[in-house]
Amino acid sequence: MNDLANSTMTTTSPPKRIDFNTPELQRKRRIRALKDRLTRWYVLVGGLAVLGAITLIFFFLAYVVAPLFQGASLTREDALTPAWIQDAGKPLMISLEEQNQVAMRVSDKGQALFFDITTGAELKRVDLPLPAGASVASIGEDQPGSPLVVLGLSNGQSLVFRHTYKVSYPDGKKTISPAIEYPYGETPIVLDDAGRPLEHVALTATDSTLVLAGSAGSFLNVLSLSREENMMTGEVTSEQQRIELPQMTEPVKAIFIDPRQQWLYVINGRALADVFSLRDKNLNGRYKLLEDGNAEITASTQLVGGISLIVGNSKGGLAQWFMARDPDGEQRLKQIRTFQMGTSPIVEISAEERRKGFTALDASGQFGVFHSTAHRTLLVDPVVDGLGVYGLSPRANRVIVEAGGKLQPLLLDNPHPEVSWSALWSKVWYENYDEPKYVWQSTAANTDFEPKMSLAPLTFGTLKAAFYAMLLAAPLAVAAAIYTAYFMAPSLRRKVKPVIELMEAMPTVILGFFAGLFLAPYVEGHLPGIFSLLMLLPIGILVAGFVFSRLPESIRLRVPDGWESAILIPVILFVGWLSLYMSPYLETWFFGGDMRMWISHDLGITYDQRNALVVGLAMGFAVIPNIYSIAEDAVFSVPRGLTLGSLALGATPWQTMTRVVILTASPGIFSALMIGMGRAVGETMIVLMATGNTPVMEMNLFEGLRTLAANVAVEMPESEVGGSHYRVLFLSALVLLLFTFIMNTLAELIRQRLRKKYSSL
Amino acid sequence: MKQNSLNGWFKSGAPGVWISGGAVSIAVIMTLGLLAVIAVRGLGHFWPADLIQANYNVPGQENHIVIGEVVQKEEVPRERLKSAGLPVPDAGPEFMTRELIKVGNRDLNGNDFTWIVGEWLKDQTTPKSLMTIERREWGNFYGTLVNVKQDGKVIAEGEAAWPELQARVDRVNALAAQLKTLEKSDIGAINAGLERIRLHGRKLELEGKLDAAAQADMEADRAELNARYQDIEARLADLHAQFNRDALTARDGNGKEIEIGIGKVVHAYQPNAMSTLTKIGFYFSKVWEFLSDDPREANTEGGIFPAIFGTVMMTLIMAMIVTPFGVLAAVYLREYAKQNTLTRVIRIAVNNLAGVPAIVYGVFGLGFFVYVLGGSVDRLFFAEALPAPTFGTPGLLWASLTLALLAVPVVIVATEEGLARIPRTVREGSLALGATKAETLWKIVLPMASPAMMTGMILAVARAAGEVAPLMLVGVVKLAPSLPVDGNYPYLHLDQKIMHLGFHIYDVGFQSPNVEAARPLVYATALLLVLVIATLNLSAVWIRNHLREKYKALDS
Repeated sequence: MNDLANSTMTTTSPPKRIDFNTPELQRKRRIRALKDRLTRWYVLVGGLAVLGAITLIFFFLAYVVAPLFQGASLTREDALTPAWIQDAGKPLMISLEEQNQVAMRVSDKGQALFFDITTGAELKRVDLPLPAGASVASIGEDQPGSPLVVLGLSNGQSLVFRHTYKVSYPDGKKTISPAIEYPYGETPIVLDDAGRPLEHVALTATDSTLVLAGSAGSFLNVLSLSREENMMTGEVTSEQQRIELPQMTEPVKAIFIDPRQQWLYVINGRALADVFSLRDKNLNGRYKLLEDGNAEITASTQLVGGISLIVGNSKGGLAQWFMARDPDGEQRLKQIRTFQMGTSPIVEISAEERRKGFTALDASGQFGVFHSTAHRTLLVDPVVDGLGVYGLSPRANRVIVEAGGKLQPLLLDNPHPEVSWSALWSKVWYENYDEPKYVWQSTAANTDFEPKMSLAPLTFGTLKAAFYAMLLAAPLAVAAAIYTAYFMAPSLRRKVKPVIELMEAMPTVILGFFAGLFLAPYVEGHLPGIFSLLMLLPIGILVAGFVFSRLPESIRLRVPDGWESAILIPVILFVGWLSLYMSPYLETWFFGGDMRMWISHDLGITYDQRNALVVGLAMGFAVIPNIYSIAEDAVFSVPRGLTLGSLALGATPWQTMTRVVILTASPGIFSALMIGMGRAVGETMIVLMATGNTPVMEMNLFEGLRTLAANVAVEMPESEVGGSHYRVLFLSALVLLLFTFIMNTLAELIRQRLRKKYSSL
Repeated sequence: MKQNSLNGWFKSGAPGVWISGGAVSIAVIMTLGLLAVIAVRGLGHFWPADLIQANYNVPGQENHIVIGEVVQKEEVPRERLKSAGLPVPDAGPEFMTRELIKVGNRDLNGNDFTWIVGEWLKDQTTPKSLMTIERREWGNFYGTLVNVKQDGKVIAEGEAAWPELQARVDRVNALAAQLKTLEKSDIGAINAGLERIRLHGRKLELEGKLDAAAQADMEADRAELNARYQDIEARLADLHAQFNRDALTARDGNGKEIEIGIGKVVHAYQPNAMSTLTKIGFYFSKVWEFLSDDPREANTEGGIFPAIFGTVMMTLIMAMIVTPFGVLAAVYLREYAKQNTLTRVIRIAVNNLAGVPAIVYGVFGLGFFVYVLGGSVDRLFFAEALPAPTFGTPGLLWASLTLALLAVPVVIVATEEGLARIPRTVREGSLALGATKAETLWKIVLPMASPAMMTGMILAVARAAGEVAPLMLVGVVKLAPSLPVDGNYPYLHLDQKIMHLGFHIYDVGFQSPNVEAARPLVYATALLLVLVIATLNLSAVWIRNHLREKYKALDS
């Protein structure tokens, strides 16, 4: 030691001091420090940006969904007082055209006046061809969206005309030229033979027939004009036919004709509606529209499509009515829903042309915006003082109210009236339905279609699919997890786990295609086999187990512990083959040769080829590995001390399993089930391919279903960007996101707590 | 005694063990069974099946001759056939066989497949002269060859016709390849050039710089391209004439003769005359064709090359995006962020995002990437093409981005796990020697964690390659007109829509007009997808295990 010390002392001079502060090294250190800081910032910013991008999903979905639940807003523009208004007479109706540039006003002087919406300037004035001595007594319009108007005259005649707008581009500038046309001729049509003034008129037209109705006092006249165009000569022949209906006893207030020309609604007296069948030419019934004896009907209109009537009363209430079938099969006029606007009498109601919404104006000058299906009152705002007449534009975004010799233009912003909490989640009474129902039917070919956007059937379908999937997956996966983690020989475990992991990685599109193209027809053809398989498998396994335990020890001991599942593979294959082989025989013996027929005929259950059973099998398959891997982890990490202690106290392995291991691991198993549930709820491709995607609400195992996720996949590409349908689909995505996120978070928290508990043991 | 022992057996709890053991076996059988079914059906498709010829005699109907491949055979109860409306006699065995036969000749019969009752099929033979003709339209033709014609004149008949036909089919296939090159690349290049000139002009116009000189320049370019186009068109017309020169006459089972242009023939072969060895050779050439060819007949025939290419392209771009960002986030979470409650919450959230339904990502991708981001990109950089959207419509880039977002949690989790595995001592050693944190990260930690990153990336790729639902919304289509990579500037077309293996399965299996004909192809595609994904996953598992071995040494 000394030697060594001495030798170092003597042989080397004192160590050379390295100068760590040369400018070069200082510079290098500064660069290194800078690099360190830069990296720190880079990682900080980059990492947070990635995490931010992920959370963006939440906010973006919410941002798209939010407008659905906002109401409407109304902007008043400066009132206009054009010069022509002084001598234009009393307004009967105001109508706006598609581009929101030109409006038409029909006055009691028999004049149609077109004016510019923004300036109020007169564009064109048309004197309607009234016969000499006659004046306008009433006015009626066809369904919302149709340009046909009828004037009831003081001599019992009526004049039908149409307002049209042609868009042209002279000198590259867009010009709209309005015109009045007379599709049924300029000569008025006689409605009341006695020449009494027509106090109320109504019309409806199809390509071939026009139905006109007019009333004078309590006298009702209905006329049907059919037009036929000869294909060869182009000659038009028209035929008039008077429809005789029972007469009224009270003065008529309003008349409406069903556009399918089936019903004629006459509102009379204080608050009565008589409904006539135009086909049978008789009275369907007389209905009391108001319960309150003091109130009376003051305004009414038809919603787009003409099925629903909206009636407003003197107390500020509005109600939707339409014909629906009673349980006895009779069509009756029924009150569907009511709205309350204020307390003043309603003076005018105008329906939107593209949606099942309507607007109303009351005597105090309040303007209200409503939607029938969603049962929403979107807005009630005072707009003018006193009585007024107004027109609503076809896109329902512009309103012009004439009151007190002034024109009041209004901008209406009402993008998503058709969605409300009740429309999404409760039963809704739709037009043409006999009772309130949960329906999802978002689009149809015709424009007066009532979108039915109830998420209830989709949510139901989602849960139904998940339920059947879990019914298969939960017991299988948990049992398998328990066995693998606790009983299985380690060497076998190492082989089984990758197989299950492979099962997890299987693309769902493959499972879906397999379920839809192979399993669905196979299950349909082998129904008895499938059911007997489900029953025989446990029995077969038990029998095999028992037989094995009876075998002489010399054989039994050759199989090491924990190899039961390997022994069972041939048993299961045999049972499977047997039940499928027996399937046709069972079918002949018990179900008359065709179980499918038996189910649909004898049991009266609908059978779809792609049904919940197939989905349950396929999605169960998809979910098993998710549940399995987490549950297996939970069981496997139960501290050895606990199990060894239990075994040492004389419990059998199975007792230890059920009384110690499962109890300890139960939160982990529970969290595994939750994650499996989350996966089953959000799975898209399997349900898309293995079900018929019919949004029905039946728990029936043999019927199809439609889930939220599949619905998004099917309808998203076709939905109009920014429309209500688009946003509702975003809403269903948001619902899915929140549901799975909450489920997964809970599962994760449970697992973390469990891990802590284990570590303390 | 026996009763007792059964009771004892139940009491011992052994049934529970057996039942749970059975669950494992069932899961394993289900997985392997699924793979086996897909493999058998997918691989069987390429085998040149024997053609049968037989008399089909439905009671009460005229006898006719059926030629075709037996696809499926099953035993069904007599009752079921009866309720399907078939004239089944009342007496007889309880079960009858039902066979699905591919009879082809869609242009003559109306459909390719027919279900027949096996009992009514008599005198079944497999004559060597029967041939299968795979056609570019109308599906397969089964029958016998009568003669071969050139320009309407018969060249060869009888025995001599067959070799003649083979030679001519080869010639036509060579011509078809030439035609494809001309139509796709040459005319495609001209069209791309014309479109570029149009957009350039529109851009100048928008900027107010479209003067006479620029217009003249463009006009000259356009004229040159048009001249080239004329030239190619002339060559095309010539090739088409050659292509349609030959024809063959074939006879179907019932003696009806039909003339088929050889231009329409892809393959003609006589499966019954082939030896097993020839069949094997033929089998592999069919597999190759499946992997390398374009689809035909609304995707129900031919190959799936564009779908493979699209999938690979999309996954590659996705991997390029997802790996650096995922690693960055993981490094932040593990190395730089303070390990407090907030970090824990973030970690749980990231973990859970991996469990969020894929369709949600699709919805987000469509709403945010396509309409918001894509719309802005279009307005800023591609204003000249508006109102036709460039990036404001689903496409390759958005599909890759959406999948990247979907797979980023996978990479984060895997990388974090890898980072956590690196012993503290290694990091501390590096710091103690004076290295900065950045240097430790860059030189020590990241290289050690690289296998974990690899694992993460592979798992992400595997997840992305199998995901279909979000892609349906953000850029995958049933038939893309061209590949996203070609010879026209800018060579990689990120705005293009692509085809995808998974979507191909969905589309062909469920949206196709002729599902029965497409079925084998769907199985084959599914098999390919499973193989790709299984390989990816197994390699991830292998890397993970390898990694564990490596760090075992460090831990001690």
